Amino acid sequence: MATTLNIPLVRSGRQHRRRRAAAVTAALAVVALCLVVVTMMVGSYYVSPVDVISSVLGIGSDPTNDFIVRDLRLPTASAGLGVGIALGMSGFVFQKLLGNPLASPDFVGVSSGASLFAVTSIVILDASSTRISGSALIGAVLTSFLIYLLAWRGGISGYRFVLIGIAVSQFMVSIIGYIVSRAQIYEAREAMAWLVGTVGQAGAGELRTLLVALLVLVPLALALERPLRTLELGDDTARALGSRVEASRLALLAVSIVLVGLSVAVAGPIMFVALIAGPIAQRLAGSAGGVLAAGLVGAIIVLGADLVAQQVLPTSLPTGVVTGIIGAPYLLWLLATVNREGRGG
Amino acid sequence: MTMTARPARAVESRPRHRSRAALATGFVLLAGVLAVVCFFSITMGARGVGLSTIWKAFTDYEPSNAAETVIRELRVPRTLIGIFAGAALGLSGAILQGVTRNPLADPGIMGINSGAATAIVFGIMVIGAQSIGTYVWFAFAGAGLATVAVYALASFGREGATPVKLALAGAAVTAILTSITNAIVMTNVAALNELRFWQVGSLAGRYFPVFWQTLPFLVIGIVLALGTGRALNGLALGQDLALALGQRVKLTRVVMFVTVAILCGAATAACGPIVFVGLVVPHLARMICGPDYRWILSYSLLLTPIVLLTADIIGRVVISPGELQVGVVLGVIGAPFFILLVRYRNLAEL
Repeated sequence: MATTLNIPLVRSGRQHRRRRAAAVTAALAVVALCLVVVTMMVGSYYVSPVDVISSVLGIGSDPTNDFIVRDLRLPTASAGLGVGIALGMSGFVFQKLLGNPLASPDFVGVSSGASLFAVTSIVILDASSTRISGSALIGAVLTSFLIYLLAWRGGISGYRFVLIGIAVSQFMVSIIGYIVSRAQIYEAREAMAWLVGTVGQAGAGELRTLLVALLVLVPLALALERPLRTLELGDDTARALGSRVEASRLALLAVSIVLVGLSVAVAGPIMFVALIAGPIAQRLAGSAGGVLAAGLVGAIIVLGADLVAQQVLPTSLPTGVVTGIIGAPYLLWLLATVNREGRGG
Repeated sequence: MTMTARPARAVESRPRHRSRAALATGFVLLAGVLAVVCFFSITMGARGVGLSTIWKAFTDYEPSNAAETVIRELRVPRTLIGIFAGAALGLSGAILQGVTRNPLADPGIMGINSGAATAIVFGIMVIGAQSIGTYVWFAFAGAGLATVAVYALASFGREGATPVKLALAGAAVTAILTSITNAIVMTNVAALNELRFWQVGSLAGRYFPVFWQTLPFLVIGIVLALGTGRALNGLALGQDLALALGQRVKLTRVVMFVTVAILCGAATAACGPIVFVGLVVPHLARMICGPDYRWILSYSLLLTPIVLLTADIIGRVVISPGELQVGVVLGVIGAPFFILLVRYRNLAEL
C-alpha cells in the first residue's frame, strides 16, 4: 500500500481541503454577522452601522438609537441568527445521518409534530406566546421519539425512518387541517401565520432559551462531528472502526431534534432552510465543510430571507414564505440531480 | 431482480389462489355490503329518520317536509358522491401502485392533493371563484400538473420511479406547492377562509350540482380504469417481459396516468383531499384476491366506497350532533396502516 500511496501528497491534499473549509467557514461567519448588523440598521428609521454596533455593545450615546436597536431590532436579528444556525446544523446532521440529501427535519415529521401542538394551543387553548413555544418544543420532541420508536426494527434504517416520518407527518397534517377548519377566522389566520414561520414573532423568554441552548449544543454538535463522519461510511464499516453506532446515532439525533424543536418554538417551522443549508455549505466549503458551515449558511438564509420579507416586498410577509420561494427551485434541481446520480433511494 | 424472490413469499403468506367462483361470490357479497352501508349512510346522522320517511321521500316527495328534504337534498347526493369518489380513489390507487410497481403510491403522497389546493387558491385569488362548482376545474388542472411533475421528477435516473424516490418527490412537490399556497393565503384572507374548509376532505355540504359536474369525469375514469387490468398484469411482470408479450408499454403507461389524473382530479374536486384510502384499499383487495389486477380493480371498485362511507358515518356519529370530516377520520386511521406496511412488508417492488 505504502508504495503506491504518496503519503505526503495525500497529507497536503487533506491540509489544503481543511484550510479551504476553515477559510470558507470564517467568511460565512463574517457574512452572517454583517447581515445581523444590516437587519438592525434598516427599517422605517435608519441607524448607521457604527451606531448599531456601539448600541449593541452598550457604549452608545443616543438613547433613541439604543431603544430602537436594543429593544426593537436586536431580538429579531438574534432570533434570525439563532434559528438559522439551529436549522442549518440539524438539517446537515439529519441528511448525513439518514444518508439522504432530502431527509431534512421538515420532511420527516419533526416540524409537523411541533406544528400540531402549537396550532392546538393557539386555537383550542388560546395560549400565550410562551405557552405556544413550549408546546411546540414538546411536540417536536414527542413526535421524533414516536418516529424513532416506530422506525426501530433491530436498528434504524435511514429509509424506513424517512418513510415513517412522512406517514406521521401526513397524520399530523390531517389533524391540523381539522383544527384550523374548526377555528374562528382570526384564530385560523394566526395559526397559518405561525405555520409559515417568521423570526419577528420571537418572545424574549424563548429567544433567551434558544441562545443559551446554542451555547451548549453547538460545541456538542461539533464534538459529535467525528462520529457522524464515521457513520457516513455505513453501519458495518463504522462498527468495524470501533464506533458505537446506535449510541452515537441517538446522540446526534437528540442534539438535532432539540435544535429543531427550539428553533420551531422561537420562529415556527420555517421551511426549506434545514434542507438547503447543508448542501450549499458543502458546495462552498468542499467535503471538509461541516456542521458549523451548514449552521452559518442557515443563518445567512434566514437573515437574508427576513430582510427580503420585511424590506423588499411591498407587504411584509412571514419569513417562511420567502425561504420557500428561494428554496423551491433549488429543491427541484437537487431532486433531479440526486436521481440522475442514482443516490436518491 | 427481486421478482425471483417474491413468489416464495407470496406463497407463504397466501397459501392458495382462490377460485374464480369464490372471487365472484365475494364480489357479490361486497356489493351487498355496499348496499347496506349506503342504507346506513342515508338513515344515520344528526337527524334520525324513520324507514317510512325514507320510503316516502322517494315515492311521494313533499318538499315542505324537512325530513324528506334532508334525505333527498343532503344525504342522497352525499352518499352518491361517496360511492363514485370512493371508487375513483380506490381505482386510481390500484393503478398507481401497479403502473409504478410501487406499494406506496397514493394520490395524497403523490402530491396530487397539494396541486389541486394550490390551483384552487389561485382560482380564488385570480377570478374570485367561490363555489365548489367553480373549484372543480381548477382542482382538475392542479391535480393533473402535479401528477406529471411528481412522476417526471421521480423517474429521473437509471432505476426509474422507486418507492423512496416517488415518496420524496411527492413530499418535495407538496412542500413547494404548500409554500406557494401559503404565500397566497397569508395575503388574501378570503382565500384562507375558503381553503381551510376545503383542505379537510369531506362529503358534507356536497349537493347534486357538484355530483352532476363531476359525474361524467368519474364515469369515464372508472370505465378506463376497469379496462386496465390486463395491461397492469403485464406490467407486473416487468417492463421487458411486458414488451416481449407484445404490450405497448409506453402507451399504456400514458393512458394509465391520464386515467389516474382524471380520477383523482374529479374525486379531489368533489370531496377535497382525502388521503390514505387510495393507498390502503388496493392492499386489502390484493390480500383478498391475490395478484391478478383484474380482480384487484373490481374489488377496489366496491371496497373503497365501503371504507369511505363507513368512515363518513363514523365521523357523523362520534361527535354527534357535530361531525368529523371523512378526511380526518381516514387520516387518523390510515397513517397507522401505512406505518405497518413500511415496517412489515418488503417494499422493494410490487
